[in-house]
Amino acid sequence: MNYTEGPEIRDTKAPAGPIEERWEKRKFSAKLVNPANKRKLTVIVVGTGLAGGSAAATLGELGYNVKSFCYQDTPRRAHSIAAQGGINAAKNYRGDGDSIYRLFYDTVKGGDFRARESNVYRLAQVSVNIIDQAVAQGVPFAREYGGLLDTRSFGGAQVSRTFYARGQTGQQLLLGAYQALERQIAAGTVTMHTRHEMLDLIVADGRARGIIVRDMVTGEIERHLADAVVLATGGYGNVFFLSTNAKGCNTTAIWRAHERGAYFANPCYTQIHPTCIPVSGEYQSKLTLMSESLRNDGRVWVPLRKNDTRAPGDIPEDERDYYLERIYPAFGNLVPRDIASRAAKNVCDEGRGVGPGGLGVYLDFRDAINRLGRDAVEKKYGNLFEMYERITGENPYEVPMRIYPAVHYTMGGLWVDYDLQSTIPGLFVIGEANFSDHGANRLGASALMQGLADGYFVLPTTLGDYLAAGPFGDVDDAAIAEAEIKVRSKIERLLSVNGTRTPDSFHRELGKLMWDYCGMERTEESLRKALERIPELRAEFWQNVKVSGTAEELNQVLERAGRVADFFDLAELMCLDALVRTESCGGHFRAESQDADGEALRDDENFAHVSAWEWGDNGPILHKETLEYEYVKMTQRSYK
Amino acid sequence: MNLTLKVWRQNGPDDAGRMVTYKVEDVSPDMSFLEMLDVLNERLILEGDDPIAFDHDCREGICGMCGMVINGVAHGEQRATTTCQLHMRHFEDGATVTIEPWRAAPFPVVKDLVVDRSAFDRIIQAGGFVSVPAGSAPDAHSVPVRKEDADAAFDAATCIGCGACVAACPNGSASLFTAAKITHLSLLPQGQPERLSRAKAMVDQMDAEGFGGCTNTGECTAVCPKGIPLETIARMNADYLKANAK
Repeated sequence: MNYTEGPEIRDTKAPAGPIEERWEKRKFSAKLVNPANKRKLTVIVVGTGLAGGSAAATLGELGYNVKSFCYQDTPRRAHSIAAQGGINAAKNYRGDGDSIYRLFYDTVKGGDFRARESNVYRLAQVSVNIIDQAVAQGVPFAREYGGLLDTRSFGGAQVSRTFYARGQTGQQLLLGAYQALERQIAAGTVTMHTRHEMLDLIVADGRARGIIVRDMVTGEIERHLADAVVLATGGYGNVFFLSTNAKGCNTTAIWRAHERGAYFANPCYTQIHPTCIPVSGEYQSKLTLMSESLRNDGRVWVPLRKNDTRAPGDIPEDERDYYLERIYPAFGNLVPRDIASRAAKNVCDEGRGVGPGGLGVYLDFRDAINRLGRDAVEKKYGNLFEMYERITGENPYEVPMRIYPAVHYTMGGLWVDYDLQSTIPGLFVIGEANFSDHGANRLGASALMQGLADGYFVLPTTLGDYLAAGPFGDVDDAAIAEAEIKVRSKIERLLSVNGTRTPDSFHRELGKLMWDYCGMERTEESLRKALERIPELRAEFWQNVKVSGTAEELNQVLERAGRVADFFDLAELMCLDALVRTESCGGHFRAESQDADGEALRDDENFAHVSAWEWGDNGPILHKETLEYEYVKMTQRSYK
Repeated sequence: MNLTLKVWRQNGPDDAGRMVTYKVEDVSPDMSFLEMLDVLNERLILEGDDPIAFDHDCREGICGMCGMVINGVAHGEQRATTTCQLHMRHFEDGATVTIEPWRAAPFPVVKDLVVDRSAFDRIIQAGGFVSVPAGSAPDAHSVPVRKEDADAAFDAATCIGCGACVAACPNGSASLFTAAKITHLSLLPQGQPERLSRAKAMVDQMDAEGFGGCTNTGECTAVCPKGIPLETIARMNADYLKANAK
């Protein structure tokens, strides 16, 4: 795949000066919109997860006219709901030395120095307000007996700053945002469009002015216009087919925005989560994550010997390898996700994996049960243990859980500036759909933090600054018509192929290819293979896919086919991005770039930049945004 | 495993609907119930038939989107389990399994096993929230909450809004859903100022949507995948009575 290099991105709009003052400065310099004018301005928010739900609710409350869209039957179902572990905040309620600066520091380091300092600092600052906001909404966080909030620790941090609601933190935070959203729907400031899927972005006179959606029940193609468009459509991990994402998660909205001019940043950064239930068979439709918080008390090990088929209980202590504790004594089982994932892969590659196919390691609670008692363990992790037993048919109180890494979160996404605005004026991107805060690796309990920071606190300020220059007048009819025709013709094309393979069969094959060649470990050779194979498979898709039914009805096959088509194009860009980045960092491990101990070897001299890809008719155009570290010195990450 | 499935097929809200029989072979005991349907659907697509439409998303038992009546029981016979977390190892080889959508007048069938549960959203819109604007909340530690209260509130708050309670209730009542939300907020200090008005508005909306009344049958809590207790309904009724006495 050919690409060219375009001019460097120089201005990210972050104010200069001391990092603690930048967000204050930006807030003060942002223009305000008076209440009477807010009513005349319309904002479209696509997606109703933590980012989109909180943004739509807050913008509605501020007085804008908000149109909210989601593909599910109600905005309470977005995949943020499945986040288990918790949400970080620099409250220092424990007095264990936490601070905004430390959360900022941990996040920049944890992201392997591929995130922006200004954005991350703001995230740490705002984290404090998120907890206040959620508690005021009635989110039932875990409490101590004194009535104050409880916290726990999480991978990549040595302080206890993670707030949680049993193993269902994402659910409770999302319901908080959903309730705020429903309140605005009742107040008439937000109109909700469920079972609608965005299929294109309308750009007129250089600004994002609306979207084309399909009503997934009637098949009707609708046009919706606005003064600004916000995408909060989540990540694209489902490009791998098997992932921890909900089945419906897809890339269509951000990919169409990319085709319309929004840069796509760091597409190759995929977080592999270390604690998922291993794959059990060919028919499997998704992978289930076991919260990382389990590593607080569970110990990870494999047999010392290769191909040891004894039951775990029959393997004596001195024949077990607690490899994380051995290699990383300071952090032990709480090393960050990329480190824990790769370590699991390495021991399995050595032939010491457990379970069917040798693709699993033990996560053992025996010692925790002996130390704390079964009751205490059940109180802390009961629902997770139950879920494990349900899926595997094994009782984790009696035999250790088996876990293996799986695709979880995508750190890449549409490029945004400090205001969360993409390269298309008027198109804002928040939450997992943008690229900005996590660098090449995301620490646990920080996705919920980013989604809510963007939606409740950052976007409402920066979007107001943009809208203060509006309203932007009538939208050019030709631009709307062009987008609508494009959408209709793609649907017709999908329906007319009438081949012999289902969309899912293509998706599975693409996913396998991506996992094998662009997964936990990539090489130049594997990526070149993928870049050869993807276009072939895509060509076959367009000649041989079978989409049953019609466009004018609820048609889940058609929905899937459209998403798979976009995954092909995204997969290609991911592989190209991975190929060009000849260093290892965070979720991107190039086998050619490792040190003598097998740890990821970064190349700060050549790659301390964001790779922002522009859609070009003659292949992608790479723009680099140099990352400057004024506060956290770039060092080799070490958790030893 | 080999199974015979009897599945409710309905083209749209105006179609009368009918049961259709399918044979599925090579079902693995490790499959989830939805994965078993995926396998059948792949076959139907290739044969040019309309695959069975069903709602699902997270497949981790938490989004609340999946839901079907399996052998007469909402989400199937295994207790405290969503359909996506129900695995085929709980079925016997050669068994016949009937699959139907949630059936309740306020949940019209959209297609096959897909129903419209937007009535639940309208119940929340009536008052299922704390009226707090973003950006002005006091420090989270300024209002302590007794651990027992926080835990009980959490137990009620785990409702996933799947609608199994409605599907199981002989009266088609949405009391367990509504009560879960009312209980969650009424046990917390944050929920007190709007406590009674909330209960009244939500119960009135539930009635307006056409859900039936509660006669303490208890079928709802028996099928609830999150084990929401029946006592939440008593709490809801108590608050509702107080609200009306005022």
